[in-house]
Amino acid sequence: MAGIEVTALHKRYPDGTVAVDHVDLSIRDGELFVMLGPSGCGKTTTLRAIAGLERQTTGDIRIGDTLVNDLPPAERDIAMVFQFYALYPHLRTRDNLAFPLRAEGLPKAEVRERVDEAARLMRLGPLLDRRPRRLSGGEQQRVALARALVRRPRAFLMDEPLTNLDAELRADMRTEIKHLQGELGTTMVYVTHDQVEAMSLGHRIAILNKGRVEQIGTPLEVYDRPASLFCAAFIGSPPMNLIEVEVADGKLRSKDGLVFTPPPGLPRDRRLVAGVRPEALEVTEPGAERSVPARLVSAEWLGDEIIYVVDHGGRHDVRVRMPPTVRFAADAPVGLRHIGGTPAVYDVSTEELVA
Amino acid sequence: MAVSVDEAVSTRPARDRTPLARRFGGRGRSVLEVALLTVLAVVMLFPVLWMIETSIKENRDVYAIPAKFFDFQVTLDHFKDVFVASGGGRSTLSAAFLNSVVVAGASTALATVLGVPAAWAYSRFAVKAKKDQLFFILSTRFMPPVVVVIPIFLMYRQVGLIDTKLGLILIYAAFNVPFTIWMMKGFVDEVPAEYEDAAMLDGYTRLQAFWRFTLPLLLPGIAATAVFALIFSWNEFVFAIFLTSSDSVRTAPPAIAGLIGGTTVDWGLVAAASVVFALPVLVFAYLVRKHLVAGVTLGAVRR
Repeated sequence: MAGIEVTALHKRYPDGTVAVDHVDLSIRDGELFVMLGPSGCGKTTTLRAIAGLERQTTGDIRIGDTLVNDLPPAERDIAMVFQFYALYPHLRTRDNLAFPLRAEGLPKAEVRERVDEAARLMRLGPLLDRRPRRLSGGEQQRVALARALVRRPRAFLMDEPLTNLDAELRADMRTEIKHLQGELGTTMVYVTHDQVEAMSLGHRIAILNKGRVEQIGTPLEVYDRPASLFCAAFIGSPPMNLIEVEVADGKLRSKDGLVFTPPPGLPRDRRLVAGVRPEALEVTEPGAERSVPARLVSAEWLGDEIIYVVDHGGRHDVRVRMPPTVRFAADAPVGLRHIGGTPAVYDVSTEELVA
Repeated sequence: MAVSVDEAVSTRPARDRTPLARRFGGRGRSVLEVALLTVLAVVMLFPVLWMIETSIKENRDVYAIPAKFFDFQVTLDHFKDVFVASGGGRSTLSAAFLNSVVVAGASTALATVLGVPAAWAYSRFAVKAKKDQLFFILSTRFMPPVVVVIPIFLMYRQVGLIDTKLGLILIYAAFNVPFTIWMMKGFVDEVPAEYEDAAMLDGYTRLQAFWRFTLPLLLPGIAATAVFALIFSWNEFVFAIFLTSSDSVRTAPPAIAGLIGGTTVDWGLVAAASVVFALPVLVFAYLVRKHLVAGVTLGAVRR
């Protein structure tokens, strides 16, 4: 087991596109580290560079104490799980699992022992004699995970391993991966574009955009104080409401009268935007205390909650998360008020968190 | 050139298992369409039928007027004449067939050996100006090959490749490589690159990963591509007749054409030789018919 240090990683393709732009990551030993971002943000390229499947243009990658820049993938002592599973189609499950071990030249008895262990861990017993064609997507992915396990690598690299599964199975596998990682304590780098997956799995999350790291932090840090407008819009469903505000009389005020407690150290001479989570707002009866008049645009009934879209006279409608018991008629005049603590505040021109 | 390829496909369309009536949308229409198709089939197939008939007719029946369709004497003499010379020993036609086998086989093998790795490289690697390179490769097939016969003839004369099998093998391979690259690139694209990535993580080099994992999955595609290349080389006439002159080098198409001319034409022999000539192509096309269709429709559906 080992941590992974990525220093100033830069990848430029021959056609000139920069996939990864001087990325620094410090992944701790035994950590489940998630790289999250939209497609084309460079997360997969970074992962493939760590795996050795892609050669970086500049920058260093260390796994444990070893500088692996010039090592072929096989010598980096890592295992990777792919989105398309990549099980060898002509081999039965058992041989798929044994394959990397045989390639290493381990004695037969040990190969058998390790395969059995991995099969037990991933509950693959009845599938051992089937070929990939005869396995369901979920089963294939379990086999792919087991194949990564048998190697007992220093680190696992996961490239969107759950993307091809249906929603229910995905949730199951998510739990399974998290449990497995906790049990084995192996460093895991997990790439996904699904923020729910990232939030539920990661010890820490790195949010990437256009080849750069926007923010690294625990799921809570990332959720509560997104480091940039991009992160604010990317994390959370529905995403953060971004409300234009001004500092006046020691308060943050939006044009339409919403009032927030300002964080300390706020610059005065810049255009600011407050990031307010949907659960930090409340729809009230019209005229309630501290509320501003607003109008319901629509309501999404999700069963356990209702998302109200509210027009409060601002530039954009805001989304408000309410318990399912609080019901308002569509198009009704309502009140809107802020109930959370200090919001995150962003500079409009730099798009970064200012306080 | 490309025409021969298209023909090889269009004469054996994919079998459609939809009931006839439903496919044609109503019985009335189906009757009309079947009738039209039958007429078309007769027109298309009659020359082939006539060739086969002529090849098994006695000579007097071949020249009979009015032509005999059914009541003729069946003989296999013409087929014997294809392979055995009149005075005993091997006929020149049989030597020509052997040359065809050697030339078509070797040029196909060469095109495959060169084209498949190239297709793999174009599919897997970030190559500079990849699209332009692929377009350039394809552009060599834009002109009819006959355009370059004279330059090739002059070049071959300089380097001593005139009237050699090697010369034919090289020129056919040159025409087949672009085709192989393009067709195989489609097949390689369909094989997920993850197989190779996984194999590389498991301890193989890139080439080993290609050889051990991707190549076996490509075999059906290679077979289909090779058959197209084989059919092209086998049928090729223009270069064969310009670049060869001796019986020991000449391939079957010019050899069969050579039977026509002179004062009398032994049509029975011509027909028999043509049947023998057509058989391998038919057999091959039949064997890989599924892949032929797959090759043609490749990439139409995103996986």
